[in-house]
Amino acid sequence: MAEHASTQHNTSSATKRIWYVFAILSIVTIVEVALGIIKPAFMIENTLIDLHYLNWTFIILTIVKAYYITWAFMHMEHETAGLRRAVVWTSVFLIIYLIAILLIEGGYIQDVYSDSHIKWNL
Amino acid sequence: MDTTLAKTGTEGKTWGGGNEPFKASYGKLMMWFFILSDALTFSGFLAAYGFSRFKYSTEWPIADEVFTHFPFLHGVEAPMYYVALMTFILIFSSVTMVLAVDAGHHMKKNKVVTYMALTILGGLVFVGSQAWEWKTFIKGDYGAVETKGGNILQFVDAEGERVALEEFAAGYDDIRKQQNENEGLWYEAESSLPDFTIKEIKDGFAQNDELHVRTLKNNEDGEKTILSRKASLAKLNDQGRGIVQGANLKHNEYGMPLFADFFFFITGFHGFHVFSGVLILIIIFLNVLVNTYEKRKSYEMVEKVGLYWHFVDLVWVFVFTFFYLV
Repeated sequence: MAEHASTQHNTSSATKRIWYVFAILSIVTIVEVALGIIKPAFMIENTLIDLHYLNWTFIILTIVKAYYITWAFMHMEHETAGLRRAVVWTSVFLIIYLIAILLIEGGYIQDVYSDSHIKWNL
Repeated sequence: MDTTLAKTGTEGKTWGGGNEPFKASYGKLMMWFFILSDALTFSGFLAAYGFSRFKYSTEWPIADEVFTHFPFLHGVEAPMYYVALMTFILIFSSVTMVLAVDAGHHMKKNKVVTYMALTILGGLVFVGSQAWEWKTFIKGDYGAVETKGGNILQFVDAEGERVALEEFAAGYDDIRKQQNENEGLWYEAESSLPDFTIKEIKDGFAQNDELHVRTLKNNEDGEKTILSRKASLAKLNDQGRGIVQGANLKHNEYGMPLFADFFFFITGFHGFHVFSGVLILIIIFLNVLVNTYEKRKSYEMVEKVGLYWHFVDLVWVFVFTFFYLV
């Protein structure tokens, strides 16, 4: 009887967690879309490291969503630390490295296009 | 029996085999490592997209102006609502998937069946939505003129609102017909012609004093530059080379070809993942129906396909941000 009760409890707490995460993901998505439509002026006018605040907000909210999908839906929170690190650290390190290098290079080429004496305006 | 076996003397020790340091089955581990490699592939694509955006940051098309359609709402400007809806559909199918996995942990076959069916339905609706999105994108909206240098000129009225080509093109009757294989020279054919000739556009533009040319260069406010009437006429007449309506891999009316290339490639690759995800889900669903996992006393296969399905959702979250929002 006791065992039965505890199983029931586990089921409901697991499903509760799922709906809780769904609520978070929905709210974050709604906020993103609303910001994308309104485009608050102060968020576009001010920039931090080549990106304006609005884009930083989008990126951070996306990473929040990615965290909840991976941890709650893909059960990363129940895996061992070794498995978690093997997957997460590898991808995070390689992706940040790749993106940093490519964006710096892209920005540099843009500078050459706009500042060099050859004009690309046909 | 014992004498035929070679003993290493390491049984029960750390390196003696039989350990599961990650406490996960072989199949689940391999699914995780596949997901890791696939995640790196997608980041490669998105990083390449970011590279091109930074490279052409002064003339990249504005996504809000490109994706403005919603099914059954003709002529209504609805930027992003449709992709937001698609995102919800995919997130919700992820929820039903994780509910199926949870039901599998408790060996409740009927619940697994229900939730997996809902997940498959969500996946199909998403792929269908993406097909509609592609169709709209390929068909195009207002039409534009391409210059000799490969740039795009769009048309706006005095208030800066976009104007479609058909609203001002001078209607001449002597339009050249598309050449098909069965007429004229045998087996000589050409791709479909635009609705207007460049001459009709140039003449129609000259007769309409209201109209201005909009180039893709951003001004200080990050908006596209609208040329003065005089500059518009000069630009169109000197450099206008042909008409673009809609988009393919070589030309598109929204801006530079790279924009459409990345759109087709990244959303297409993601759509292919959703499609194959649906196929795998259907296979596992059939296995559930014929009691394969009841006999096995474990629904771990549902969990593995669930991992893949959540990953597809995860990728979409990033594609949504970088293609439609940023």
